[in-house]
Amino acid sequence: MRAEYVTSNIAIAEGAMASGLKFFAGYPITPTSDILEYLAEELPKRGGVVIQLEDEIASINAVIGASWAGAKAMTATSSPGYSLMVEALSFAIITETPLVVVYVMRAGPSTGVPTRSCQYDVFQVRYGSHGNYELPVLVPWSAQEAFDLTVKAFNVSEMLRVPTVILSDAMLAHTWEKVIIRNPSELKIISRRKPEVPPQEYMPFKPGEDLVPPMACFGDGYKVMVESLTHDERGYYSPTTEVQERMIRRLVEKVRRNSRLIIDYETYFTSSAEYIFFAYGSTARSVYALVKELRREGIRAGLYRPKALWPFDEGGLKKIASEAKRVFVVENNVGLMYKEVAQVLRDKEVISVGIIDLDVPSPDRIKEVISEWL
Amino acid sequence: MVVSKQVHPLDKYVRVDRLPHLWCPGCGIGIVMSAMLRAIGRRIGEGVFKEEDIVVVGGIGCTARMPLYLNFDTVHAIHGRAVPFAVGVKLANPKLKVIVVGGDGDIAGIGGNHLMHAARRNMDITVIMVNNMVYAMTGGQLAPTTPTGLYTTTTPRGNPEKPINVVKLVASLGANYVARASVTHPALIETYVYRALGKEGFTFVEVLSTCPEVFGRHIGIKDAVQLFMELREKVKVKAKPSLNESYYDWESGFVIGEYVDKDDPGYLRMFGLLR
Repeated sequence: MRAEYVTSNIAIAEGAMASGLKFFAGYPITPTSDILEYLAEELPKRGGVVIQLEDEIASINAVIGASWAGAKAMTATSSPGYSLMVEALSFAIITETPLVVVYVMRAGPSTGVPTRSCQYDVFQVRYGSHGNYELPVLVPWSAQEAFDLTVKAFNVSEMLRVPTVILSDAMLAHTWEKVIIRNPSELKIISRRKPEVPPQEYMPFKPGEDLVPPMACFGDGYKVMVESLTHDERGYYSPTTEVQERMIRRLVEKVRRNSRLIIDYETYFTSSAEYIFFAYGSTARSVYALVKELRREGIRAGLYRPKALWPFDEGGLKKIASEAKRVFVVENNVGLMYKEVAQVLRDKEVISVGIIDLDVPSPDRIKEVISEWL
Repeated sequence: MVVSKQVHPLDKYVRVDRLPHLWCPGCGIGIVMSAMLRAIGRRIGEGVFKEEDIVVVGGIGCTARMPLYLNFDTVHAIHGRAVPFAVGVKLANPKLKVIVVGGDGDIAGIGGNHLMHAARRNMDITVIMVNNMVYAMTGGQLAPTTPTGLYTTTTPRGNPEKPINVVKLVASLGANYVARASVTHPALIETYVYRALGKEGFTFVEVLSTCPEVFGRHIGIKDAVQLFMELREKVKVKAKPSLNESYYDWESGFVIGEYVDKDDPGYLRMFGLLR
């Protein structure tokens, strides 16, 4: 264990190495490039491989290949780069390939303002790929949490054989903070389950009780078939409704049924709170400051902050917000997660506080918008 | 009467439970597959690599279906991305023998950028590109390799474009081994793939192939044998042709042979991954 003064980008790189990262491929993009640079320096010292490839498409496909070759693998990108990756992400989902994608949001649409912050892509990250699927997305609010959630992202990904995303933003990416970097021996590190049956009995997509199939990798002697087409338990193409339904339902259910492994949140002053603020990522930092300020003014405000954006934590939110008079959803976009919150809290007054700011919306700006509702 | 079950000598490398395959009668891909398997078998016999260390990666297309029938670790990846997938496999576990199979559209069309950069890096993988000069699986659309003037469903007045000469492209980027073969000369496919599988760095074999059902039918040669004979007449064999002889044109024909054969250090050696 050691304390370091680092950015979230570096904390993510450290978290990945602590988790046993062995392969990283990436393509330069602001504000994410320094993850690639940092790992190019550090990972080979720990026996891993880093390569800068010709684009984001190559990067994610190489990461999928590396994972099937047995390595814990990761790539990192920003908003436009993720747009290029979503086709292959869908491939990783259907082939149940463990891997981690770091997604540092920057202000779009298109090239937008590459160096500055936003929370515009909370739906793209979850729904950008084609097909019907679940995709875990973890959303840190500090450099320390970036480290911690990266370790968790690898664990979730390896446990459930599902690509897992760490959703950061341009502000967090380059904000320097103290981070406790733990060694692997001080962490709970989970790796994919290997088959316990001999090759002739093994079926690469036959799940265990947790709905996750044990994973034989290339060179293990199991002669696996990694299939992008709809496949049965053997990995053989089967274009029937029966197999399609079984596969889709399992891909979705393995994440939903195991969502307790993914979902996590923190609350601040929520007991007896009249007003609950829902905020995530960097924006939650300003909301936290605002909630403290409101409390000092005698207003009973509290903050609910999800650490996993997807799957969406309906149960936790309902419980925390049950006594609240009003719920404010504060985010650096025109009001996206608001839709999710409003749908879950149908009987509550839910107010969208969507603020467009190239920095983190300040507590004052948020206060200005919400004051008429207090 | 005793009926003994006939076993093909290459059956051990084939998922026979998946046969029959989906390729059309007269398709050239089966010739490439058996030649490739013979070459693989020879290399396994020599101890160059082990059967369980072979990974065959395809993207999307007729040729990219080959991994479905092969009894190795195999991949049916997404369109155009077999090469970067293979790159990830090789770098994560250098002991694996990684082979990419794909059509001209998959490898040189949508996947052209990845092909270029893998060749430039002299990445230690083998790419076998079966060139039927058309997008066959989707019904006969224009390929980057369709010769000028020929009919496709998306160039109904004849292809106005110049085709890509993939041999020249890959050679220009520094790959260690570049050969062009043809399904009309199966023994040479085997020889070139065998050579490719024994070398360090990026090795590339283009195989000219016949697609009577889609390509042939559209240019007025729907008989498989006739198309095969037509291609055979257009193919000239040369042991060590120069790159100037790699011209790619339906009218003047094609020179097959080993265009590049050198021993520059491959990516793994340059990166320090080979001890």
